Amino acid sequence: MSVETRRAFDERVERALGDPALQRVLAEGQDYVQELTAPARAEPDWPAALDEIARVRLATLAHLDRYVDEFATNVERAGGHVFFAADAGEARRHVAGLARERGVKLVVKSKSMVTEEIGLNPALEAEGVEVVETDLGEFIVQMAHERPFHILKPAIHMPLERVRKLFSADAGRDLGDDAHALTGYARGVLREKFFAADMGITGGNFGVAATGSVVLVTNEGNGRMTTTLPRTHVVVMGVERLVPTFPDLEAILKVLPRAGVGLRATAYVTAITGPRRSGEADGPEELHVVLVDNGRSRILGGKYHEVLSCIRCGACLDICPVFRKIGGHAYGAVYSGPIGAVLSPLLDGLECHPELPFASSLCGACSEVCSARIPLAAMLRELREDYVAEVEAAPAWRLGFQAYDAAARRPWVWAAGEALALPFARLASAFVAAAGSRLPAPGVLGAWTRSRDLPGAERSSFRALWRRWGRR
Amino acid sequence: MITCLGDALYPRVGVAAVQVLRDLGVAVDFPAGQTCCGQPAYNSGFRDSACSTARAFLRAFAGSENVVSISGSCAAMVRDGFPDLFAGEAEEADAKALAARTYEFSEFLVDVLGVEELPVARRGTATLHHSCHARRLLGVVEQPERLLGMIAGLEYVPLPGAEQCCGFGGTFAVKMPHISTAMVDEKVDHILATGAELVVGLDASCLMNIEGRLRRRGSRLEVRHLAEVLAAGWRR
Repeated sequence: MSVETRRAFDERVERALGDPALQRVLAEGQDYVQELTAPARAEPDWPAALDEIARVRLATLAHLDRYVDEFATNVERAGGHVFFAADAGEARRHVAGLARERGVKLVVKSKSMVTEEIGLNPALEAEGVEVVETDLGEFIVQMAHERPFHILKPAIHMPLERVRKLFSADAGRDLGDDAHALTGYARGVLREKFFAADMGITGGNFGVAATGSVVLVTNEGNGRMTTTLPRTHVVVMGVERLVPTFPDLEAILKVLPRAGVGLRATAYVTAITGPRRSGEADGPEELHVVLVDNGRSRILGGKYHEVLSCIRCGACLDICPVFRKIGGHAYGAVYSGPIGAVLSPLLDGLECHPELPFASSLCGACSEVCSARIPLAAMLRELREDYVAEVEAAPAWRLGFQAYDAAARRPWVWAAGEALALPFARLASAFVAAAGSRLPAPGVLGAWTRSRDLPGAERSSFRALWRRWGRR
Repeated sequence: MITCLGDALYPRVGVAAVQVLRDLGVAVDFPAGQTCCGQPAYNSGFRDSACSTARAFLRAFAGSENVVSISGSCAAMVRDGFPDLFAGEAEEADAKALAARTYEFSEFLVDVLGVEELPVARRGTATLHHSCHARRLLGVVEQPERLLGMIAGLEYVPLPGAEQCCGFGGTFAVKMPHISTAMVDEKVDHILATGAELVVGLDASCLMNIEGRLRRRGSRLEVRHLAEVLAAGWRR
C-alpha cells in the first residue's frame, strides 16, 4: 500500500472519527434508515423479489451486447441519439461538445452518480457553462463544494445548521433553521434555473432495451423539470443499466424505494422514450443518451461480473458498520460503502484505491442486505488476493503468513512455538494491562494495544492440557 | 476443532466445550494434527499460505465423524471458505465432505444433538454477542439464545445492535485499528447499556476484542464463551 495513499486515507478516517457531530449523524442516520426499511425486509415476498432482481440482472448481463444494440436502435427509432463512451474522457468531451455546439449557458442536472464518476461538472464549467444540481441533496453538496456523501442520500451528513449557513450565505440574509423554509428557498432558486436552462442532464436508473426508454426513479419532481423544460435532454448512464423489457423492471421498482428509504413507491417513475413528438405538449426537442463504459466491459464476464447487477439502492451503505464510522467521504472515491469499496478499485484500478478492499471487517452485512444478491464481502476478500498478487505483497505480511503456515503445518513446531511464546504472552498481557496506552508498542502489537488490552494467557496451551487431561 | 486462538490463548474454552460435550454423552477427540484453519491468510489475500495451512487442517480431521468448532468464524471458514479454496483441486471432495460435517458449538448442541434442556444453573443477567460469521455465514442466530434460555436462574437481556460487527475482523483489527476501535467502542457501549453482568459469545476472537476494549475502559464485566458458561454451571 503506497505510503501516501495510506496516509491520506488514514487522515480522512481520523477526520471522520474525530468529528462528534458527524459520528452522531452517521449512527442516527443508519438507525433511522434501518427502522424505515425493516418492515419491507420483513415482508414475506422480499426474498423472492431479491432473487428475481438477481435473475433479471444476470440474465441481462449475460447478453449485454445484444441488449445494448437493441436499446440503441430503439432510442434512435424514437428520435433520440446514442453515443457510446469508452471512458470518462470520451463521455465528458461528448457532453461538453453537445453543450458547446448548442451555445448552452446553463445546465440543470438531476441526481446522477455516473456524471460524478466521469467528472462532468468541471468539464462543463471549463466550457463556461453554469451547472446547477437540482436534487435538493445534490444542490446542498454542490453549494458546499463537496462530493456526494452517499450514493442515494448525498447530503445525509449535513446538519441542518450547516444547510442554514450555506443557504443564508447564498441568499445574503439569514433564512432561519426551519427545514421547510430552507427547502422553500432552494425551490425558489431552482425554479428560475429550470426555466432558464438550455440543457437538462440526468442519469438513467434503467434503460429498457425493447422500447429504447430511459427510466428515472425520483422523489422530488426535479427529474421531470430537468427532462421536460430545457430544449436538450442528455442522459448519462452506465452501459450496464439495461433490462430487456418493462415487465423485467417490476421487482426492481418494487425493491428500490423500499430498500433505500422504506417507501412503498417513489413519487415519480418516469419513462422517457425519445424527444417530444409533434403534437405533444412538453418534452425536449432533442434527446441524447450517453452510454458510459469506463471500465465496465472489463468487469463483464470476469470474477466480479455480479457487481454490475447493482441497482444503486444504497442498502449496503446503510448497514455497513465501517461506513457507520467513517462515512462516505473517507473512502476517497465517488462510490463509497461496500459497493464503492468493490466497484471503485475495479473501475479506477486497485492501485488507485489500495486501502478499500481492506477497509472492511468482512462481517457480511452488505452481502446479506444486497438487493441484487451481490456477494460483496466475498468480493472484498477476493480483491485482497488480487491486491497481493498484482499490486503489492507487503514483505512483513507475506513472510509472516509463510512462517505461520510453516508452523501450522507441523504440529510439533506449533506446539514448541506455543510453549516458548506463552510465558512472553503472559508477561506482555500483564505489562499492557498495567501500562495501558501509555507505552506505544511497535507494529501490529501496537495497533492492538493502543486501544485494547491483551488477553491474559494461561500457563498451558489446550494441546498441552489435552495430553495431560483430555485423553480417555 | 479448538482453533489456533483457542489452543494458544483460550484453552479454558476448549476444556469447557469438551466437558459439556462429554456430559451430553458425546465421545470427544482432539486430533493433534490440527492447528489453524488458514482463515487469517485467506482473508488477508495470501491464498497460497491459506491453502497450505488448510490442507494440513483437512488431513487432521480426515477421520472425524463430526467436527465441532468453538468458533463460529472458523467453522464458517471450513464450510464456506474451504470449498472455494479447494475448488478444482484434488482435495475438493474432501473439503466439501468436511464442510458438511463441521458445526459451530451451539449449532451442534441444538441442531445435531437436539438439546432441549440442560442441567445448568447460573444466577444473574447475561447478554449475547452474535458473531457475524456464525450469524451470516452459518445462520446460527437462535441456537445460542435457546441454550442461554435453558440455564436456570439466568436472565437473558438482548443486546441492542446485536447484528453489528464488534470490529475484530481478523487482521482488520490491526490493519485498520482506528476504525476497529470505533466499532468495538460502540459494541462495548451497547453491552454496558444492557446492565448485564455477563457477556457471552461464540468466538474467542470477538470476545478477545470486546474484552480487550472493556478492560482498557476500566470495566471488569465478565466475558465468557458460551461453552464456559454451560460447563461452569453444570450440575454434575
